[in-house]
Amino acid sequence: MPLEIIEKIEVKRLQIINERGEADPELIPSVSDEEITRCFEAMILARVFNQRALSLQREGRIGTYASILGQEASQVGSARAFSDDDWLFPSFRESGVLVAKGYPMWMLYRYWAGDERGMKCPEGLNIFPMSVPVGTHVPHAMGAAWAMKLKGHRKAAGVYFGDGGSSKGDFHEGLNFAGVFKAPVVFLCQNNQWAISVPRSSQTAAKTIAQKASAHGFEGIQVDGNDVAAVYKATKDALEKAKNNGGPTLIECFTYRLDDHTTSDDASRYRSKEEVEAWRAKEPLLRLRLYLEKIGKWTKGYEESVTKKAEESVDAEIKKAEAFPPPDPADLIRYTYAELTLRQKKEMKESGWGS
Amino acid sequence: MGKLNIVGAINSALFEEMGRDSDVIIIGEDVGRDGGVFRVTEGLLERFGPDRVIDTPLSELGIIGAAVGLAAYGMKPVAEIQFMGFLYAGLEQIFSHAARIRSRSRGRFSVPMVIRTPYGIGIKPPELHSESSEALFCHMPGIKVVVPSTPYNAKGLLKSAIRDPDTVLFMEPSRLYRSIKADVPDGDYVVPLGRASILQEGKDLTVVSWGTMLHKAAEAAEGFDAEIIDLMTLKPFDEEAILTSVKKTGRLVIVHEAPRIAGFGAEVAALVAEEAIEYLKAPILRVAGFEAVVPMARLEDFYMPSLERIKKAYERVMRY
Repeated sequence: MPLEIIEKIEVKRLQIINERGEADPELIPSVSDEEITRCFEAMILARVFNQRALSLQREGRIGTYASILGQEASQVGSARAFSDDDWLFPSFRESGVLVAKGYPMWMLYRYWAGDERGMKCPEGLNIFPMSVPVGTHVPHAMGAAWAMKLKGHRKAAGVYFGDGGSSKGDFHEGLNFAGVFKAPVVFLCQNNQWAISVPRSSQTAAKTIAQKASAHGFEGIQVDGNDVAAVYKATKDALEKAKNNGGPTLIECFTYRLDDHTTSDDASRYRSKEEVEAWRAKEPLLRLRLYLEKIGKWTKGYEESVTKKAEESVDAEIKKAEAFPPPDPADLIRYTYAELTLRQKKEMKESGWGS
Repeated sequence: MGKLNIVGAINSALFEEMGRDSDVIIIGEDVGRDGGVFRVTEGLLERFGPDRVIDTPLSELGIIGAAVGLAAYGMKPVAEIQFMGFLYAGLEQIFSHAARIRSRSRGRFSVPMVIRTPYGIGIKPPELHSESSEALFCHMPGIKVVVPSTPYNAKGLLKSAIRDPDTVLFMEPSRLYRSIKADVPDGDYVVPLGRASILQEGKDLTVVSWGTMLHKAAEAAEGFDAEIIDLMTLKPFDEEAILTSVKKTGRLVIVHEAPRIAGFGAEVAALVAEEAIEYLKAPILRVAGFEAVVPMARLEDFYMPSLERIKKAYERVMRY
């Protein structure tokens, strides 16, 4: 009996707006000009938020921070595709997602300054506290999506993790469950090419991360992560599929981390300036500016006014964050369980807290 | 009222809770058609259907990780892990997520799930099927740890665990699953978490134990005027019951099968040392597992605290 091929895997890549700001004429109508403009403005806001966070860290006003520079399209484009009813499970490098969803920026600054109250997601949004251990939140999104399906709610969950996270067992176990139970979940890999100092090529021998979905029985797609239109469309399509009982999708956003891993890292120890500069030339705002100009939606004055507005809003949020009263020490015990245990009551009393 | 063993009592708790609350679902390996490797979930699939009694892939991390998301969204997952040794694959999900989501989100999200797992030696299974790792979980704030010892409290405690708003690890003594039959009320009743039960009152000596070892500790107490406390919930544990008893008897022996070093007995002993040392007439003794890996069948009987070892401890404290 000759060998026969019993399964073939195809991995598609989506790009709508290229690095020169040229849009694919067949694909671009699927994302409205209005949406692209909103994305552009949210990306500027995310960049300003990020820049200010880096400055605050240098001034000792917040702690260690993970920059999103270069990943604004991957984050904003995907986040905007979700509705507020959907549930999101971010990692620690997702400021762009949170800002795009309207998560109060002052709370994010509080969080990065070491105040857990910043992760108390406001009502109206369903965003889980960012996962600090890498990739371990992938099954949570699957579980929430599974619950939506079991309860007959027409919603979806989305989970953000990086190329490093795709090496974790949690990633595979989460994807496997999602495939088996056809859960309405979108797995958003932010492949920014580096897991601290380890390059993507050392993370997996596979050509793409997108293809890892195939082994779990559903579709994976790679998108140009610096093309906000492609990221938005791929996420919208995945959500449409998820909410129509079509099951999960893995989207690999192919992007680049232009900054250090965190403010505690020095990326010059492990990657070349040339590489970073080559990617800087492909960063997502450049092409979007060119595209918007082509369709008559961009002028220097417009961008300046968007930036100014973003800066004013971020500055006001920082002010709010820094004026916020310090946390009650009792908080560190209070939320461990739904109710205080007798031992905890004793500990609070002995410490003179929460009277 | 009917006579049930612990398997039947847990099964009955699951039946009743699933009937009472449509958000309660069972997930795990072989929990559906097979009824679980110990048959604890037998009949539930037929009664509640495949959307509520769900066989999952063979993936302990996946089961617990998905249960975190299920619970956070509003389901009440009761996850079965076939043996306690296999729970280790899910430790990060429990320690880094389930235990701290409420705190990390300052109360916005919580993980009200139950993880059921058989624990302990005594059934001569393969390796890693006999772990008794309660202390690991008791050390981690944010989860509760429950160990039933009788059909009556197994049913009542599991019902409380399912209704509890936090993550509960429910450790089922596999050795006792079918070895004790006792009266269990048919209808709804709960045994509250966090409270110990006095199995037997006594004046000379307080014995604290739980799960499988409780029965050995009680058997060894024949001939002693011992007060025997079944702790039942290890986290949060009933400090008051222990202190009240020790203040009366002046002597304390703790019996557990888990290794002695940093075992939960150390916590009980430290509590008494801190809060009631002036009442003690004798040193606090622990009868516990050795500083050794849990053995396979041939050495099992040497590992488990024997009646003789327990009696010796009772005799020793009585010499003071």
